[in-house]
Amino acid sequence: MEQTRSRVARKVEELPPSGIRRFFELVEKMPEVISLGIGEPDFVTPWRVREAGIYSLERGHTHYTPNRGIRELLRELSLYLERRFGVSYDPDAELMITVGGSEAIDVALRSVLEPGDGVLIPQPCFVAYLPCAVLAGGRAIVVATSVQHDFQVQVEDLAKACDDGARVLLISYPNNPTGGIMPREGMEALMRFAAESDLLVISDEVYAELTYDGEHASAASVPGGRERTILVGGFSKAWAMTGWRLGFAAGPADILGAMVKVHSYAVMCSPTTAQEAAVEALRACDEDVAQMHREYNQRRRVIVNRLNAMGLSCFEPKGAFYAFPCIGSTGLTSEEFAQRLLQEEQVAVVPGTAFGECGEGFVRCSYATSMPLIEEAMARMASFVKQISG
Amino acid sequence: MEEILQLLSGDARLTPHQLAERVGRPVAEVQEIIVKLEKEKVIRRYKTVIDWERLGIEHVFGFIEVRCSPQRGVGFDAVAERIMEFPEVHSLYLMSGAYDFLVVVQGKTMRDIAYFVAEKLAPLDNVVSTATHFVLKRYKVDGDLMMERAEVKRLPVTP
Repeated sequence: MEQTRSRVARKVEELPPSGIRRFFELVEKMPEVISLGIGEPDFVTPWRVREAGIYSLERGHTHYTPNRGIRELLRELSLYLERRFGVSYDPDAELMITVGGSEAIDVALRSVLEPGDGVLIPQPCFVAYLPCAVLAGGRAIVVATSVQHDFQVQVEDLAKACDDGARVLLISYPNNPTGGIMPREGMEALMRFAAESDLLVISDEVYAELTYDGEHASAASVPGGRERTILVGGFSKAWAMTGWRLGFAAGPADILGAMVKVHSYAVMCSPTTAQEAAVEALRACDEDVAQMHREYNQRRRVIVNRLNAMGLSCFEPKGAFYAFPCIGSTGLTSEEFAQRLLQEEQVAVVPGTAFGECGEGFVRCSYATSMPLIEEAMARMASFVKQISG
Repeated sequence: MEEILQLLSGDARLTPHQLAERVGRPVAEVQEIIVKLEKEKVIRRYKTVIDWERLGIEHVFGFIEVRCSPQRGVGFDAVAERIMEFPEVHSLYLMSGAYDFLVVVQGKTMRDIAYFVAEKLAPLDNVVSTATHFVLKRYKVDGDLMMERAEVKRLPVTP
C-alpha cells in the first residue's frame, strides 16, 4: 500500500536537528579531547545528598510519590525560595517538583498555550526552549540579544517583535550560553512590559545560585512579577545533581494546578529517590554550594582573562558557568572556529549558533571543568588563535 | 584573604600571579597579603602531602591514649611540652573524656613505637597510664583520600 503520509508528525520532522548533537558526534570520536562543551557541573553531587539517596533506597522508598512531589521537599522548597529568592509560595498549591527544570518548561508551555499562541524567546538561549514551544503548539517569536547590552534582552526589541497573538515571554537569567544576568532594574522593566502586553513569563532560573556579581534578581521577586511568572528552577546546577533529574516550578495556583495535571498524565511523579535526596540538598548543603560557587568564580576569572589576553574579546559573564567570547577577529564563523579548534588542537567548544542565529560570531566555553584542564585548553586555544591571526 | 589561604592550603605551589588571577586582585596586592600572613605566622609553612607507601616506604602510626595527673599552676601544659619535643610524636592533643592526651606517634616499626611508649612516654612523671592502638590502614588523612577513585565520566558535549 502506498504510504500517504509520514509516520512522524510534521512538527517534529520540521524541528531542526540540534547543533549540539551534531557537534557531540564529532567530539565523541576523539577521546583525547579537552572538552569545554559540557553543560553540567564537573563536581559530583555532595556526599550528604548521595548518602540521603542511598538511605531512601535502603528503607525501600521505591514507590510513586504524590504528583506534586513529597510534602517534605515542597515544604523545604518553599522555605528555600523565601530565603534565597525573597518570594513566598504555598507548598500545597503553588509549587511542584518536576523531572529536571526541562520538564517544568515543557509542562508550563503545554499548560498555558493555545494553538498558534506566540512565545517570545530571547536568544541565544538553551536549545530546548524553541522546540518545546513549537511542540506545545506555540509559535516561536525569536528576539535577538547582543553583546552591546551584555545579552540582556531589551524592552524595545521585545516590543518590536511582540504581536497580538503573543502570550508568553520565556527568559533565562543567568543565561546559558552567554553567562549574562538580568539586574533587578532590567527585570523590573521586563515585568512592566509583560504587564502592558498581558504576557505570562516563564523564567528559567536554574543558574540562580551561580551568580557572581550581586544578588540574583528573580522575575517573581520584582513588583508585579509573582502573579504572572512561572518560576522554574532545579537541583542540577548548584547542587551538581544533573543525573538525578530533579527540578521545580513555582507560580500562581491556577497555573500550577494545570501543570500538575499535565505532569501527572505525562510522568506521574518525579523520581522518589531524587526527591528524598533533594530534601537534604536544601536543608544542609549551603556550604557545599558555596564551595562550588567559589571554585566556579575562580575559573571564571581565569578563563575570561585568558580569552581576552589571546585577543578574543569576552564580555564578563556574571552568572552560570559559561564564557561566550567573540571570535569575529579570527575571520571564521562559529562553526568553522569550533571545528578547526577541535581538529587542530583537540579542544571542544560549542558554536554560538547552536543557541540561536544571533550566536554567530561567538562560541560557548564551559568552565565546569577542572582548573588544570581549563589552563591547558586556554593555552591550546591561544596557539590556535595566534596561528589563524598570524 | 580567606580565599587566598584556601587556595594555598589546596596547592602551596600556586604563584602570586595564579592566585591573583583566580581571586581577581592585583598581583602586587596578593604578594603583600602573603608576606603579611607569613610574618604573622598565619601561614606557618608550606608542605607536601606524600604517600610514602607508594614508594614501598612503610610507616607505622600509633594512637596512644595517655592519662596523667595535672600539675599545680601549669595544668597539663608542662607534661605536654615534654611529650611534644620527642621527634617520634607526630601530633599531640589534650582531650576531653576518658583520657587526657592523644599522642600520635610515627615509627618505622611497631617495635619502635612500643619502645617509645615503654621507655619514654610511660615513665614520665605524672603519666598514670597509657593505651596504645596501632593504625592498620589509612583511608583519609588531613582531608586527603589515600586511595584512587575511578574517574567519573561525563558526556563530552551537552547543552
